[in-house]
Amino acid sequence: MKPHTLSILVENKPGVLSRVAGLFTRRGYNIESLAVGTSEEPDMSRITVVSIGDDEAIEQIKKQLNKLIEVVKVTDLTYVDHVAREIALIKVQAEPGSTRAEVMQLADHFRARIVDVGKKTVILEVTGDTSKINALESLLDQYGIKELVRTGKIAMPRGSRAGAPKSR
Amino acid sequence: MKSGAKILFESLAKEGVDTIFGYPGGSVLPIYDELYDSDIRHILVRHEQAAVHAADGYARASGKVGVCLATSGPGACNLVTGIATAYMDSTPVIAITGQVPTSLLGRDAFQESDITGITLPITKHNYLVPRTEELGRIIHEAFYIAGSGRQGPVLVDLPKDVTTGTADYDMESDSLVSLRGYQPTLQGHRLMIEKAIQRIAVADRPLIYAGGGVISSGGSEDLVRFAEKWNIPVTTTLMGLGAIPCDHPLSLGMLGMHGTEYANYAVTECDLLIAVGVRFDDRVTGKVEAFAPNADIIHIDIDPAEIGKNKRVDIPIVGDVKIVLRQMLHEDNHESVPRQWNERIEQWKRDFPTSYPDDGKLRPQFIVKELSDILDGRGIIVTEVGQNQMWAAQHFCFRRPRQWISSGGLGTMGYGFPAAIGAAVACPGEPVFDIAGDGSFQMNIQELATVAQYNIPVKIAVLNNQYLGMVRQWQELFYERRYSYTELTPVDFVKVAEAYGVPGLRVDRPEDVRPAFEAALAADGPFVLDFRIEREENVMPMVPAGAAINEMILGERK
Ligand SMILES: Cc1ncc(C[n+]2csc(CCOP(=O)(O)OP(=O)(O)O)c2C)c(N)n1
Repeated sequence: MKPHTLSILVENKPGVLSRVAGLFTRRGYNIESLAVGTSEEPDMSRITVVSIGDDEAIEQIKKQLNKLIEVVKVTDLTYVDHVAREIALIKVQAEPGSTRAEVMQLADHFRARIVDVGKKTVILEVTGDTSKINALESLLDQYGIKELVRTGKIAMPRGSRAGAPKSR
Repeated sequence: MKSGAKILFESLAKEGVDTIFGYPGGSVLPIYDELYDSDIRHILVRHEQAAVHAADGYARASGKVGVCLATSGPGACNLVTGIATAYMDSTPVIAITGQVPTSLLGRDAFQESDITGITLPITKHNYLVPRTEELGRIIHEAFYIAGSGRQGPVLVDLPKDVTTGTADYDMESDSLVSLRGYQPTLQGHRLMIEKAIQRIAVADRPLIYAGGGVISSGGSEDLVRFAEKWNIPVTTTLMGLGAIPCDHPLSLGMLGMHGTEYANYAVTECDLLIAVGVRFDDRVTGKVEAFAPNADIIHIDIDPAEIGKNKRVDIPIVGDVKIVLRQMLHEDNHESVPRQWNERIEQWKRDFPTSYPDDGKLRPQFIVKELSDILDGRGIIVTEVGQNQMWAAQHFCFRRPRQWISSGGLGTMGYGFPAAIGAAVACPGEPVFDIAGDGSFQMNIQELATVAQYNIPVKIAVLNNQYLGMVRQWQELFYERRYSYTELTPVDFVKVAEAYGVPGLRVDRPEDVRPAFEAALAADGPFVLDFRIEREENVMPMVPAGAAINEMILGERK
C-alpha cells in the first residue's frame, strides 16, 4: 500500500469529476488528494488524484478509469520521474512582536510568502511538494494554525515525454 | 426547425428502432404526443421495471439495442433495478427518461430525481441533455456506446423543455459519432495470439471456459470450430449457455456453483484454461485460489479491465471474441489430436451424470426436461431467479446462442416475465417460455395485463413450491432448516391469470406435464402453467459459497 499519483486527461463535460471520483469510492479506496483544472487543450481538463493502494488495486482503478467515455488518457506518475507541487494557505496565530518575527523567519526558510497580515494573524502562502508543506505545517502548529487550505497535488512528468509511460 | 420530441423519434428511426417499451407521465407528455403519430411500436407495460427488463430481453434475444422510456422521478427510479441488471450482464439497452424542465433542475421540483446521479455506477454511460441542439447527437452517441465494445446500458435524461424546444437536426452530421476517449480494441494482438497458439499446441489437458462474451459477440460458431479443430472440451458459464450445443460431444455443460460435476472436475485438473468472454465471477470460481490451480490461463475479452481482475492471467488477449477466435483459426494449421484427457472426461460424464430421482413425484427437473424434449431445439427460454433458474440451466438442452435469457450477474427476481415479453416481441413465431418460481413471478405479475392487451404469446411455467426455494435451500443446508420467512402462501396462478384474461392450467402429476405444455404451445397467445412441484426439492450439485469448485454437495442419484 503506497500513494499513487494519477494524472487523468478528461473531456470537459458535466459529471466527469463525479464519475472519476466514484470509481475510487466504489472500490473502497480513499482519495488522498484531488486537483482539477484546465489543460493545454481548450476542451480538456486534467485531474490529478493521489490514492493509496497496492499496485494491483491501482492497476484495476486505472483500467476502470480508462473505460469511462470522457477519459482520454490516464498516466500513473508513481514510477515516473515527475515534478509535483501543491499550494497551501496557512493562517497562523502571530501577535505582533517576537512570535510574529519567528513566524516570518520560518516562512523565509520555507520560501513561503506572507500574503496577509492581520491584527493577530498572518497568512502564509507556500508552494512545494507534499512533505515540505507537511513540515511547515507541523512547525507552525506550535503558534496555533487558525485555518489551512491546500490545493491538492498537481504533477507533471519531467522532460519531453508527454505520452502515458508504462508503469513498473 | 424541429421539436426535441420529433428529433428523438427521427434519431431513433435512424438507429433502426422498431419497438420501445414504456410508461407515460407528465414530463414525457411531449414525447408520448409525438409517439402517437410515429411508426415506432410502443408496448405499454404496467411497471417501469418491466419496461427496462423487456428492452433487455428484446436485446438479448435479437442482438439489437433495446429501448425503454419512462417519466421523470418515480418512473425513472423504477428503472434502476433493470438498468443494474443490464449493466451486470452487459446488455445493450437505451433508457430514455423524462426530466423536469432545465429551469427547475435542482429545486426538488415535482417528480424530480437526479437519475443520472443515481445511475452513475450502473450505466456504461449516461447523459442529461442540456439543450435541444444536442439531443440528436447524444441519441446517436448513446446507441454507439450501448452497442459497441463491451455492451451495456446507457441512460438519456430529457428535460421537458428540451423535448418541447426546437432545433435543427441533420441526420447525416448528427449521426457521425466521434469520441476521443472511447475506442474499443477489436483485433487481438498478433504476438499474444501466436503465444496462445504455441501454448495450446503443447497442452495435455486443455479446457475452454466460455461465457456471455461469446454470445454477445456472435462468436459461438467460431468457438465450436475452434474447439473442434483442437479437440478441446468446452464448459460454459450461466451466461454462456448455448455457445456450444449441449449435445455436442465436446460440451461439458455449465461450470460453477451449480455446474456439472464433470465440468468442475475438469477445471480443477486442466493444465491450460482458455477463458473466452468470461469474467471469473465468484459464482463460477468458488474459492479463487482453488480454481484451475494447475493451469496456465489464456484470457480473451473485449474489456481490458476484466483481464487479471479476479485471477492472474498468463496470456491476455484484448479484443472482440469473435474477431479474436477468427484470427486464431486463421493462424493455426494444426491437426486435432486425440487425448487421454478427453477420454478421462468422457468417463466422468458417464460416471457422474446430472440426474434426479425418477419416482413418480412431480419434479421440476423432469418438467424442464419435458419442455426441452418437446421444443427440440426451438424456442427461447427465459427464467426468473432461484432454483427455477438453475433447474432450467441444468436440464434444458440449449442448442444455439440467444436461446437462453437469464439474469446472471445481478440475479434479479422478476426479470424473467418482462424479459420474455421483450424476447417474444423481438422474435415473433418463436415459442418463448418464462420458467418461473412462485416468488419471482409475483414480482412482476402485473405484466399479465400487458401480454393480455397485446396478445404477446409468452408462456409462463411456474415451478410452484410455495417457498422462496433457493433461499430455503440455503437455510436447509446451512441454517439447520430454520425457514425464516421463506414460506409463501399458496397462490392459484390459474385464477390470477384468468383475472387478467390469460388462460392457464394447473398440473399436479408427471403424466400431465406433456399435455399441459402442448396446450400452452397450441394457444396462440399467452398461457400460464401452474406446476405444483415437490416442495423441498433442491438444486444439486452445489458448491457451498467460498468452497473450492470441486468440493460439491451431491444430490440423490437416479
Ligand atoms: C429482487 C430480489 N430479491 C431477493 C432476491 C434473493 N433471492 C434469490 S433466490 C430467491 C428465492 C426465489 O424464489 P422463487 O422465485 O419462488 O424461486 P425458487 O427458488 O423457489 O425456484 C430470493 C428471495 C433476489 N435474487 N432478487
